[in-house]
Amino acid sequence: MILSPDFVILTAVGYVGLLFLLAYLSDARAKSGNAGFLSSPAIYTLSISVYCTSWTFYGAVGTAARSGLEFMAIYMGPTLVFVGWWFLLRKLIRIAHSQHITSIADFLSSRFGKSSRLAVLVTLIAVVSITPYIALQLKAITTSIQTVSVAKGTGADHLATLDEVTLALGVAIGMAVFTILFGTRNVDAREQHPGVVAAIAFEAVVKLLALLAVGVFVVFGVSDGFADIYARAVDAGVRIHEAEPFGSRWVAVLFLSACAVICLPRQFQITVVENSNEDHLRTASWAFPCYMLAMSLFILPIALYGQTTMPPGSNPDMFVLTLPMSTGHDALALFAFIGGFSSATSMIIVASIALSIMVSNHIVVPLALRRAPRSDEAGEQRDIARLLLRSRRISIALMLLLGFLYFWLTQGSDALAPIGLISFGGVAQFLPAMLAAIFWRTATMKGALAAISAGFVVWAWTLFLPSFDTFSPVVADVVANGPWGIRALRPEALFGMEGMDPLVHSVFWSMLVNVSVLLCVSAATGQNALERIQAPLFVDVFRRSASLQPRILRGSATTSELFFVAERVLGWNRARALFDTAGVPHRQTAQQQGVSADFIARLERELAGSIGSASAHILLTKAIAGDAISLEEMMQIADETQQAIEYSHALELKSQELHFTAQQLKEANALLKELHQQKDEFLSQVSHEVRTPMTSIRSFAEILMEPEGLTPEQRRRFISTIHNESVRLTKLLDEILDLSALEQGERDWENVPVDAEDVLDQAMAVCEALARKRLVAIESGARAGNCIVLADTGRLSQVFINIIANAISHNDAREPVVHISSRVTQEGYVVDISDNGSGIPPLFRKKIFDKFVRAEPDGTPDSQGLGLGLNISHKIVGKLNGRLELTAGALPGACFRIVLPVWQGVAPEAVRENA
Amino acid sequence: MTDILIVEDEQAILESLEFILTRCGWSVGVARDGEAALQAVMRFRPRLVLLDIMLPKRGGLDVLKVLRSNPAFAATSVVILTARGQQYDRQAAMDMKADDFITKPYANGDVVNAVRRILESQTFSAAHA
Repeated sequence: MILSPDFVILTAVGYVGLLFLLAYLSDARAKSGNAGFLSSPAIYTLSISVYCTSWTFYGAVGTAARSGLEFMAIYMGPTLVFVGWWFLLRKLIRIAHSQHITSIADFLSSRFGKSSRLAVLVTLIAVVSITPYIALQLKAITTSIQTVSVAKGTGADHLATLDEVTLALGVAIGMAVFTILFGTRNVDAREQHPGVVAAIAFEAVVKLLALLAVGVFVVFGVSDGFADIYARAVDAGVRIHEAEPFGSRWVAVLFLSACAVICLPRQFQITVVENSNEDHLRTASWAFPCYMLAMSLFILPIALYGQTTMPPGSNPDMFVLTLPMSTGHDALALFAFIGGFSSATSMIIVASIALSIMVSNHIVVPLALRRAPRSDEAGEQRDIARLLLRSRRISIALMLLLGFLYFWLTQGSDALAPIGLISFGGVAQFLPAMLAAIFWRTATMKGALAAISAGFVVWAWTLFLPSFDTFSPVVADVVANGPWGIRALRPEALFGMEGMDPLVHSVFWSMLVNVSVLLCVSAATGQNALERIQAPLFVDVFRRSASLQPRILRGSATTSELFFVAERVLGWNRARALFDTAGVPHRQTAQQQGVSADFIARLERELAGSIGSASAHILLTKAIAGDAISLEEMMQIADETQQAIEYSHALELKSQELHFTAQQLKEANALLKELHQQKDEFLSQVSHEVRTPMTSIRSFAEILMEPEGLTPEQRRRFISTIHNESVRLTKLLDEILDLSALEQGERDWENVPVDAEDVLDQAMAVCEALARKRLVAIESGARAGNCIVLADTGRLSQVFINIIANAISHNDAREPVVHISSRVTQEGYVVDISDNGSGIPPLFRKKIFDKFVRAEPDGTPDSQGLGLGLNISHKIVGKLNGRLELTAGALPGACFRIVLPVWQGVAPEAVRENA
Repeated sequence: MTDILIVEDEQAILESLEFILTRCGWSVGVARDGEAALQAVMRFRPRLVLLDIMLPKRGGLDVLKVLRSNPAFAATSVVILTARGQQYDRQAAMDMKADDFITKPYANGDVVNAVRRILESQTFSAAHA
């Protein structure tokens, strides 16, 4: 049997074809809705073993040969995570399902306020970190092809003339084509690829069987069991490296591998994103460690046997291939090659799919969205789905190109393991932020951003950069002497920390910086609104039901606008189905129609499943002009603590409000009581005023009923008194009604512009008769001549007559005079009516305008005052926006002054409103 | 000595009371405010005072209080006349030992009967003193 390079490559291509067929059939089956075996815990567990790459397949033996038991740490880390921390994985899965997370970048960005910056940062770091890892797979495939074919010495073969670099380029191109065909055939709503998962699971079986086969061959085929191998190794003086078997480097590797199984983009993709059922994790938590145990079972014997029997200088990384070949078991070697090929391809496929999703969702789509106008021209509609596919294909090609470049630049390094650990160190920078994301509610976006950046910079400086030292003399110089000769900054001995293993050194510094920055910046900065909303959805994912999804977008988007957006991302069929199930019409009718916040939230989740939460948020925000999160809604969905604070704050406000209301009620009550008392007093006074004339009327009437003994003179006098008192009573009732009308606001009150002087003249004429009867002289002083005021003529006349009549009636002077003058001043139209009587006693001046107040005692001859006249006049003048006051006038007695605003030509309606 | 002093600020009422009581044969004096009432009581020493409550210068209840605080007028009967018929006025008047309380407007006969009853009981008390 001959293993020609052509045959090896043909076998590899055939194997890939088989995988492709498997993936295709699985996809078809999954699409038909009959996933069955495909979504079983076994397939899930096997697919997780994408963790075991060609590095573990080939490199573990190499590591065992070089560093002894260190290789175990690579397996122990994930084992600890799956056995001890499966609740953490379960939380990640629950969150990813509820939030439609598409990648680790999406996860972190979504948690920290759907931050695009964070998503871009994580994506870039992942790309940089994974590049060495992909290079490692290329190296493994290249070396293995060379090993199987060159070892046979078929120099005539044309492939043998190819150097390592060209071969690697060929492998990279082949892998790119293969992955593009595999992983980007369509963009699914949920970023799940059942076909790919099935193929990965199949490869997991192949690589395990291949390694076991080689192991069984070495231990039981060419040797006589484990004991024989150890005995022969001892005889040959082969010793497993024993320096510090469980030292600091061991711990560092353990830590890094534990980080890696959570943070590696491909592990996150398989373990979290592709997970179809949370319960599968239960199986995986014990089955995956078992798988790794099986993988590691024969590593040590193979390494020992290889070192014992192979010529010195053989590459221990290739023992898995060279041992069967050295004994002529080419078929087994080919099987082992296929096993190694499986490990490498599965890693490349999943890693590049995961990274391409991140690159297209977090870098390409946001850029496209930002550049695209809000609504495209109908003819220029670019399907986002098509854009996504294209950008994913390009990023896959780009990833493999980067991997190839890294391989090319670092080809001096032989060992596989160190390259893998560099990658692990890079992605481990995500771990603190990841843990904070799901356990620390107040961790902030700025904290995560700063922590990841800082950790990444330290990692790049201390571990990534030195890996180029064989390629670049400049780098070698920096590693040896520090930048610009600053020794404190030497990448592998920061601040003089010399003599440390470079890996331990890097892990120590990067994690120290990463965690401190995360803690300090998070403590120093606050969360924005979206972060505050997202944080509890992650931290308290087990406490919340899906129905408590935040409804943060609400706005003016019409259904057709939303459908346009949905169609671009999800395609017409899925968008149509989504809108139909929600009962939302997807074609807009003429009338505008609002869309519920629930539906928008659901749409956002669906979109997030395709393009990531940050992009989905941007897209919908652009579609919905009113993108604001209203304060009330934000409060509604704020986390529980916040709600509690809000609630207690609201309670406090409420109780303050109540207190205030109670105060107001108290005041209102006091006012009502006062009004009530006033009313009582008024009634009591009215009653008194009515009873008084009634008393004399009744009394005289009774006297007149028995007229015997009355002189005609007495009779006439009594009847006259009855008559006078009746008039008085009538007048009183009239005034009360008048007052009541004024207080209630009169309906037929109409303010018009009138000449107040005319009104005053008429009032004086009316009072002329009374003055003559009382022998009172009316003097007209200086007069304004004419002045237009806004008033109800009848009411104004009433005021003038009332006051002039008062001045006439109450004048007790021997030669009574009433003086009337008017003028226009700055204050307005002023009328003074004064008399030369004894004036108003000081005691009464203050309350002269109150009801039923009279300055003189009852019983004064001819007293007509009932105490309501001035009160009524006062009210009328008040309603005319003027004032009535007692002042000192031309004559020594009382002087009443009326001041009215002069009409400025304002529309009467406006003033009537005022009145 | 006068039988009755009428204290009233309303001219018409004063006139009617004076007419009624004079016609019954009693001697009558008048006063138009609280101050005048107190002076008249000293001067005329009436057996009975018909006292209005709402009076200028000094209220009727105030006048009553002065009278009752002076033992010299212990025997002087007081009948309150008022247009304010509230219960608390009546109570205040009775507390200050007014002999009767008549609300305006009244029937002439009520006033005459009240006056006669009180004056007769005074005569009876004096006879048995």
